Amino acid sequence: MTEPAVRVLIVDDDQAIRRFLRTSLSAHNYAVFEAATGQDALEAVIADKPDVLILDLGLPDIDGLEVTRKLREWSHLPIIILSVREHEDEKIAALDAGADDYLTKPFGVGELLARLRVALRHASTPAEEEAVFMQGDLVVDLARRIVKVAGREVQLTPTEYSLLRVLVTHAGKVLTHHQLLREVWGPGYEDESHLLRVNVSNLRGKLEAEPARPQHILTEPGVGYRFRASS
Amino acid sequence: MLDAARLRRDDGIDVVIGQVNTHDRAEIEALADSLERVPPRQAGTPDDTASEMDLDAVLARRPQLVLVDNLEHTNAPGSRHTRRYQDIEELLSAGIDVYTTLNIQHLESLNDVVAQITGLTVRETVPDRIMDDVDSIELIDLPPDELIRRVREGKVALPEPTARTVHDFFRPGNLTALREMALRRAAAQVDDEMRAYKKAHSIFYSWAATERLLVCISANPLSERLVRAGRRLAEQTDAAWFVVYVETPQTAHLSGAERDRIARTLRLGEELGARTVIVPGQNVADAILHYARAHNVTKIIVGKSLGAGWRDALRRSVVERIIQHSDEINVSVISAPAEHAPRLRHLPPRLHADTRYMLYSIGLVALVTLVGQLVRAIIEPTNVVMVYLLAVVIAATRWGRGPSLLTAGLSVLAFDFFIVPPRLTLAVTDAQYLLTFVGLFGTGLVISTLAAREREQVEAAQRRETYTAALYALSRDLASTIDLNIIIGAAIRHISDLFHCEAAVFLPADETLTMAAHSPDFEDEPQSAAVADWVFRRGQRAGHGTETLNTAQARYLPLKTAQSTLGVVSIRLNEADPPLNSDQERLLQALLSQVALAIEATQLAQNARQAQLLRETEKLQSALLNSVSHNLRTPLVSITGALSSLRDDAGYLDEAAQRELLDTAWEEAERLNHLVGNLLNMTRLEAGAMRLGTTLCDAQDLVGVTLAQMTNRLRHRAVTVDVPGSLPPISIDLVLVAQALVNLVDNAVKYSPPDEPIEICAYEAGPDVLIEVSDHGPGIPPADLKHIFDKFYRVQRLSDVTGSGLGLSISQGIVELHGGRIWAANREGGGTTFTIALPAAVAQPAPQEIQP
Repeated sequence: MTEPAVRVLIVDDDQAIRRFLRTSLSAHNYAVFEAATGQDALEAVIADKPDVLILDLGLPDIDGLEVTRKLREWSHLPIIILSVREHEDEKIAALDAGADDYLTKPFGVGELLARLRVALRHASTPAEEEAVFMQGDLVVDLARRIVKVAGREVQLTPTEYSLLRVLVTHAGKVLTHHQLLREVWGPGYEDESHLLRVNVSNLRGKLEAEPARPQHILTEPGVGYRFRASS
Repeated sequence: MLDAARLRRDDGIDVVIGQVNTHDRAEIEALADSLERVPPRQAGTPDDTASEMDLDAVLARRPQLVLVDNLEHTNAPGSRHTRRYQDIEELLSAGIDVYTTLNIQHLESLNDVVAQITGLTVRETVPDRIMDDVDSIELIDLPPDELIRRVREGKVALPEPTARTVHDFFRPGNLTALREMALRRAAAQVDDEMRAYKKAHSIFYSWAATERLLVCISANPLSERLVRAGRRLAEQTDAAWFVVYVETPQTAHLSGAERDRIARTLRLGEELGARTVIVPGQNVADAILHYARAHNVTKIIVGKSLGAGWRDALRRSVVERIIQHSDEINVSVISAPAEHAPRLRHLPPRLHADTRYMLYSIGLVALVTLVGQLVRAIIEPTNVVMVYLLAVVIAATRWGRGPSLLTAGLSVLAFDFFIVPPRLTLAVTDAQYLLTFVGLFGTGLVISTLAAREREQVEAAQRRETYTAALYALSRDLASTIDLNIIIGAAIRHISDLFHCEAAVFLPADETLTMAAHSPDFEDEPQSAAVADWVFRRGQRAGHGTETLNTAQARYLPLKTAQSTLGVVSIRLNEADPPLNSDQERLLQALLSQVALAIEATQLAQNARQAQLLRETEKLQSALLNSVSHNLRTPLVSITGALSSLRDDAGYLDEAAQRELLDTAWEEAERLNHLVGNLLNMTRLEAGAMRLGTTLCDAQDLVGVTLAQMTNRLRHRAVTVDVPGSLPPISIDLVLVAQALVNLVDNAVKYSPPDEPIEICAYEAGPDVLIEVSDHGPGIPPADLKHIFDKFYRVQRLSDVTGSGLGLSISQGIVELHGGRIWAANREGGGTTFTIALPAAVAQPAPQEIQP
């Protein structure tokens, strides 16, 4: 274990949450730094040079959304948002502002670790490099634009394919409706959410064994979609 | 007044000047300048402005004491009230003390006495009730000679009109008389205070049997004097007093002007503090005596005018009859010289009304005369009279009093001229025919009077009938509902139909008065809100035809019950129509009382409902507290127990036991989270604070999200899902509806055996998408089926199943928020099916794409 530890900055005003995160993450060999306010967080990002940021949205001074915006002016530091279920709008705003992922409180450490891994992976390797994506019985050959389920090739429309490509290249990471619409249909389509709904539904019909219990394309209710990452 | 005010101010009282006449005299100006003044308001027409006290500014300033000169002042047109004393009443009712000034001759009850003594009729009078209510009087007294000297020296400011009459008015005799009145009045007030003091301190109080006076009025102008005299007498003897008008069949045909005079007299009585009553009766004297005995009246005041003709001689019999039968009741007769009591214009009623009937009468007499001519040879003239009598009877019964009198007169003439020898002359040879004439005419007179009286009674009955019918129709409409809108609608319809007017109803809503409904052609006016608001707050009428805010186009009447004012009715008569007569006014009042009572009834019903609701809420709150404390604590007990065991006894536990404890803590924590989520949702649903972020969703997606949230809970449970992808989308807040569905699935998991599958299916039915969650549990007892969505309701059967009783209720709340329905039914062969029906959205056309 000579590899240097990944540096995590935890920003939350609740001491109990910081304490359990510190304990759990330290046990998984993360170097943990803490900040209790937005201002402290912005300073700690410069001082402690973290590799990833765990950011609570409800901070006492400047809120998490503002912290995200300020950071994104100059940094690509992966940010994972923590928030409660009731604040979907803030969550989406933070994701659209550049946060990488979110977790709804309360959450398990397992979930947090998975999110951290995904965020770090996307930060370190450009997505396009993986030419062939494989998960379960699904194979997506990005170079040859071929999709196979259980060995059989599946015919997708161009839109469905480009939607799938965006999802797959961000596997494990949540993508908001706006982000997906902009990526797949282009700027100006951000509010055409019915396009997204219909195409996701079609994709599930073609890729999922049981579309009402999807295993690949998961809905993050009120936020967007997430392609399940192989773990 | 200014001196006194300054003294009060020095005592620390907040004093302002509302309005004071300084008459441009420097020493008074100086005094006034030492106090704060509320700037006057410019009122009146552009050509004729006058500065008036700014009532609203004073009310807004809210001093403790305000100075207002000249109580009797009449405000400029366009002011809220016609008279300053009304302004002052409003100030008083707002809790502001007032210092004001009044010359004795302006007092209402002294009005006629002043007129008699000085020969000047004072128009600006102030009702005595104002004087009765004053806390203290300070008499400003000067000997008449001194006053006259000061007037001559110009030290007494006189308003212009008075200056002209200064020589008429400021005579020593007048001033002495007025001075005496003022002194007496002040003395009476002091006497009252003394008695009140004695009473309050129980020093000495002899309980005299209470005097009760009754003033009997008629349409005679003398009546107003009677009322004033009654007031003075009542005051002197500290008596309660009544003003009574008797409505008899004879009075039913009074002219409009006479009716108005009666109404005015009654109002005067009211203003002077009497209880006014209209009593129906056949005979004035009997009705008065009956009323007097029923109300323990000790003294009756009646009027008698002198030398005013034979009708008054007849009327005197009323006075005499009262005196004759009054027994123990004293009777005061007040008389007036004939010129003070101008003869009433007694209509020979309808004499001119129906010329047609007059022509019929003439024709009838002509016909009878013709018949008389034909039978003259065989029948005695005296018997022909019988036929004439028949004609008179016919005229009286069919056409009324006028035609019957005409018939009688013509009959006498025609009989004399054509039948009685010598024929074709009015001369009579045989004196016995004179008796026949007298008999014929006399009979005609009596019959016509009787017939006319009967007709009048019938008409009066018909009029009352119309009113009763109108009242009945309204009350029928009102009785059938407690819906406020229907009541108001009915009120407006009936009022506008009956009086041919446009009407609107104002009701209080959130502290302000707003127009709740109006008749189709009602034209609102800019000031309506302000006037209606005043009427509502004061419970008095205002607007057109009243003395308050009478520049308004419409009349505003309060909807009042004994307890409170509930609203305001605005009535706009057609400009072409005459104002309402007193009968119509009374009918209107009766209608309004009915409406007010109906509105009050609905409010009472509503209050009762609210009280019921409140009780239920209280019950719910205690249930909530019980449920929450229980449901929050139970998982905490498990979590704390498991964790303490792990912390303290880890050494004794094998790995499986540790795992078991951890799982328990974890599951209980999840349950706690679920409960807290439900409580939050419940609170927001109840507060109506649930914001819906609706988007179009597929049922497939909804079910997928639901199941994904329950992965842990469903780990050991088979779930069959049948949700076709072809269903139309639904417009929902995915997070919330998924929560509703989670609660249903959670319920199914709780209430069915662990080895039985849970089935979820969705299908389209009519305009809805239906989602069903079914289990194979024991089902729900039929009696519980309709209660299971109630908050905290739990079916009492499985004591080991934990739950808050909130889940289903929240599901229902969420589904209904989306315009959907939720219900439960027992399945054949056991188990329960919960169904959510959500309206299908109109799908936007799916993007067409060609397969590559």
